[in-house]
Amino acid sequence: MTLLDVNNLSCEFDTDEGRVRALDQVSFSVSAGETLGIVGESGCGKSVTALSIMRLLPQPMGQIVDGAVTLNGQDLTSADLQTMEKIRGNQIGMVFQEPMTALNPVQTIGKQLMEGILLHETKDIHTATTMTMEILEKVGIPSPDIRMGEFPHQLSGGMRQRVVIAIALACKPALLIADEPTTALDVTVQAQILALISELQNDLGMAVILITHDLGVIAEACDSVVVMYAGRVMETGSVFDIFDRPRHPYSKGLLASIPRLDTVPKTELPVIPGIVPGLQDLPGGCRFSDRCTHAQPTCSTQTPPLTAVPNESSTAQTHAVACLRWQEL
Amino acid sequence: MAGTVTAAPLLQVDGLQMHFPVREGVLMRAAAYNKAVDDVSLSISAGETLGLVGESGCGKSTLGRCIVRLYNPTSGQILFNGTDITKLSQKALLPYRQHIQMIFQDPMESLNARHSVGNILEEPLVIHGQGNAAQRSARISELLDLVGLPARSRTRYPFEFSGGQRQRIGIARAIALRPRLIVCDEPVSALDVSIQSQILNLLIDLQKEMNLAYLFIAHDLSVVKHISDRISVMYLGRVVETADGETMYREPAHPYTRSLISAIPVPDPNRREVRPILGGDVPSPINPPSGCSFHPRCPEQQPRCSEQIPSETIITSDHQVRCVLHGASP
Repeated sequence: MTLLDVNNLSCEFDTDEGRVRALDQVSFSVSAGETLGIVGESGCGKSVTALSIMRLLPQPMGQIVDGAVTLNGQDLTSADLQTMEKIRGNQIGMVFQEPMTALNPVQTIGKQLMEGILLHETKDIHTATTMTMEILEKVGIPSPDIRMGEFPHQLSGGMRQRVVIAIALACKPALLIADEPTTALDVTVQAQILALISELQNDLGMAVILITHDLGVIAEACDSVVVMYAGRVMETGSVFDIFDRPRHPYSKGLLASIPRLDTVPKTELPVIPGIVPGLQDLPGGCRFSDRCTHAQPTCSTQTPPLTAVPNESSTAQTHAVACLRWQEL
Repeated sequence: MAGTVTAAPLLQVDGLQMHFPVREGVLMRAAAYNKAVDDVSLSISAGETLGLVGESGCGKSTLGRCIVRLYNPTSGQILFNGTDITKLSQKALLPYRQHIQMIFQDPMESLNARHSVGNILEEPLVIHGQGNAAQRSARISELLDLVGLPARSRTRYPFEFSGGQRQRIGIARAIALRPRLIVCDEPVSALDVSIQSQILNLLIDLQKEMNLAYLFIAHDLSVVKHISDRISVMYLGRVVETADGETMYREPAHPYTRSLISAIPVPDPNRREVRPILGGDVPSPINPPSGCSFHPRCPEQQPRCSEQIPSETIITSDHQVRCVLHGASP
């Protein structure tokens, strides 16, 4: 059953260089218990998508200009502030990249954790304390009674990220949005955190949107994938569609360019030429057209729609690609 | 690969220690020492890449900075072409500086924002008194061309470039003096995936062209394996294992290396498997565990691991490990 549906979401930012479209016609959906990965390079709109869903775009610069975000049948783009406050932290939890900046340095761990519980779950401080200890234990923090009285700087990076996850999960949300949750962490700690998220997901049956630039993390953790580039969805499908039969030249290029443990050392890696464009100077038509080796004149005039690849939907997800030439390539 | 690189190493590091005092109290006496690098030995031959991997706080960047003498090591030797550069004065060090250069992780912070690219690239040439103005200018054009930047870049400023292009400027500066060795400290970690491979290709090309040796420091083992001839794994200030990339990946001998390799997410959903996950965090280098500093997290620890610091065992001529499981001693 679809839990969250994002349909043709577009959002714009006012900048010094004028209005830029950071998200353009982005559509995807997440079902309960599913893990959706959003992958892309800096500036592709992964984080803006998360902020739009939470209605946390920086104000007044960022505006949702088109489209709908539906959570359990309720439209979030038009919801008022009171409604959103009931949803944030309660129905949708969020984990941020940098655990140090996501936590308040002058408040104890316990106080920060209890804030959401006291707001959404219970008014009784003793019940809240018990619930806080339980959730800390659940995310694998030893001796939670002592940790509750400590400040963020007394914890290691991995422990801090566990606290941020605990805060996001305190009210047992239906959807967890994790924006680069492991990027600031070491690989061994990253493996711990990813295992923790998937374990908690099984316990609570929640849906997870995992935003990352790391294709390895996507392949390990996700059921379905959205590949974004410069604010648009380039390709979407099950994790097997994207990794085993990528159709978009961008997805193909991205997958080919990463060094793997089994590639021959010191050989030339395939590259995507050029640089990730800024939102002010995007090419017309397909936004990837100026870096695409298969681009034709029509690519820079016509915007390719997201088209379903027939007979290839391995699971419930449809494999869809936004490229004019995907059938020939 | 490693076998074809010959004889006397270009760089030889012996028993290097770098201890930072942790000062406390009114008199700022050293209350403890942060043993960031504690007894490291390694060598790099001309034209070779030695990869250095480890988690944050393992001392890999400190080691790199000691080699370019940004820090004065506490003890040990750094031999460059047979000369010990550990104790040289700044003045005596100058001729060696042109042979040992560095590329930093964050290209924005390592380039002076108020200097044009031309000035940034000219500075090392001026300091080392190379050429007259016209020759230096020609060299700058040559450098820009080598790293794949347009000639008009020289009048521009760092903020006008993307991250990948800035890293190209950093690389151009590092090769300006035709060095023999470049210490690359996480040169691609801050870059986008599609840009990483461009920079890796550039580094590999420049190495072939100029017979450069690299000490390539990174935390991403797949990146390190791609660019390196040999790899050293560091944990809490010590090198625990050194081998060529293929051996390191196929037959890792140290339990820490094995954990590190199994923790890397594989970009292939068909190869998902339940893997043992290393628990715990990296301990503080101020008060490291006794004996083998990895023993509290080690899945294969034994009672003797907390008592003795394992000595280096030579498995093959290219593969050394420090772990009691491979020790000859009882």
